[in-house]
Amino acid sequence: MANSNNNRRKFMATTLQSVGLTALGGLLWSGYTDEVKASPLVLRPPGAIKEDDFLKACIKCGLCAQACQNRETNLDKETGVAKEGTLKMAKGGDHKLIGTPFFIPTEVPCYMCEDIPCVPVCPSGALDQLSVSNDKGELDINKASMGLAVVHKESCIAFWGIQCDACYRACPLLGEAITIEMHRNERTGKHTFMLPIVHDDVCTGCGLCEQACVTEKPAIFVLPNEVSKGIAGDHYVKGWDKKDQDRVQNAKAIETTTQRSNQSSTDYLNSGDLY
Amino acid sequence: MNKIKYLLLRRFTQVGLLVLYFGANAYGWNILAGTFGSSLLFGTIPLADPYTTLQVLATGFVLGADVLLGAVIITFFYFIVGGRAFCSWVCPINMVTDLANWLRRKLKLDKDEVNYRFLKRNARYWIMILGLIVSVVVGISAFEVLSPITIMQRGIIFGFGSGIAVIFAIFLFDVFGVKNGWCGHLCPLGASYSLIGKASLIRVEHDHEACTACMECKVVCPENHVLHMINKESIHVLDGECTNCGRCIDVCGDDALKFSIRNYLKK
Repeated sequence: MANSNNNRRKFMATTLQSVGLTALGGLLWSGYTDEVKASPLVLRPPGAIKEDDFLKACIKCGLCAQACQNRETNLDKETGVAKEGTLKMAKGGDHKLIGTPFFIPTEVPCYMCEDIPCVPVCPSGALDQLSVSNDKGELDINKASMGLAVVHKESCIAFWGIQCDACYRACPLLGEAITIEMHRNERTGKHTFMLPIVHDDVCTGCGLCEQACVTEKPAIFVLPNEVSKGIAGDHYVKGWDKKDQDRVQNAKAIETTTQRSNQSSTDYLNSGDLY
Repeated sequence: MNKIKYLLLRRFTQVGLLVLYFGANAYGWNILAGTFGSSLLFGTIPLADPYTTLQVLATGFVLGADVLLGAVIITFFYFIVGGRAFCSWVCPINMVTDLANWLRRKLKLDKDEVNYRFLKRNARYWIMILGLIVSVVVGISAFEVLSPITIMQRGIIFGFGSGIAVIFAIFLFDVFGVKNGWCGHLCPLGASYSLIGKASLIRVEHDHEACTACMECKVVCPENHVLHMINKESIHVLDGECTNCGRCIDVCGDDALKFSIRNYLKK
């Protein structure tokens, strides 16, 4: 009897220990995993689905990076040797989720190949071919939205009044993604400011402008969509634009009731303590 | 030469596969591209690791058909050649842990050193399940963010970065921590292949009549509990944890061990 009691106690103790250690491991593992995926400042290949889903979907096979490295257009025209590809696979020390593809425009921007070799090879669906295809189902790199170029006007010399259109000239969607806006230079009275303006609906985030920028640290740079774009929300509508009205069709009014708002607004206006 | 036949063959396939993967990126070879997570054979046949695939599915993402088909192909392949044949014939970490084991034997650590017994060999199955649970909770393939296997493989194809530290850590753990610590106790990928291998066809067969009980096989075996039949009965090594590495066949001086097809009909 005493023996079976001992056995039972031992069994309980080992079970408890296993469960406890498993819980400990699970917590540490979850914490670590949650931390390493938190890196919003990363540019993904064309066709990449929303970053949250991308992190789930990417199976880290590297086929996109291999296709990018080995595309025919990557050969040096003079020597015939393959250059460094655009897409890199995150490794330890890159501080991106390990094994996922990304690119750094100042090192190698995306050259926006017409046949987009990196996308169709993706086996998992992390790169969505439909999102970079036109209505006819043909690949169309101009549909890509890897990020958005943003101009820091204080360091952009065009905003100083110095003539520079390096980013405008480098843009593969010349005159569409970046346009030049002219303003009179009041300081000199006889010159023109030629300001680069980026258009979100056209810009693919390829980064050729960032690479071309002449300032010490680029004054135009590509940021991922998640961090570069605001959201106006449902409160504001372009009343003159039919399409914009459709956008808020399903908007729901959220009413917050406070002690003060319980009194009607007329009460508030007539109460006399307005001033 | 006969003493290292399977060892040489294994190193040949391990290094050969890495060369093919490396060439796919560096020279555009179209034989075997990708990584162990998911590959493309001859530019057409998809291959995918079953456990990696399960992790992605656990995050709630509906995977592309290529990966699913690839995982089925790989599962079927290892069902034939022995589940953990992946571990000993393909996985590059095997070369690291084999080196660690060799060093342990040379330094006689197995005899003199304190052997840490807190870690049981079935820990890997719990880690395998835990990996899937963490994938569900955090929404990201949990083992893939720290898998030394693909870190080493990607390191060879794309460059290591500080990932090399993980490989070194595994080496130290196996030499000074626990004998067969990584492959034999912790690795959830190996655990998943053990499960596939439970039913696999190609197995090591023991001939009790020929055995002289020198126990050389048990010394070199990284999972020597699977060799419980040595000098006892003439049966196949049926434990899924056997990696089919063939090291026991190499070192056997009595021809008492050989690869053979498991016979499901004969009971």
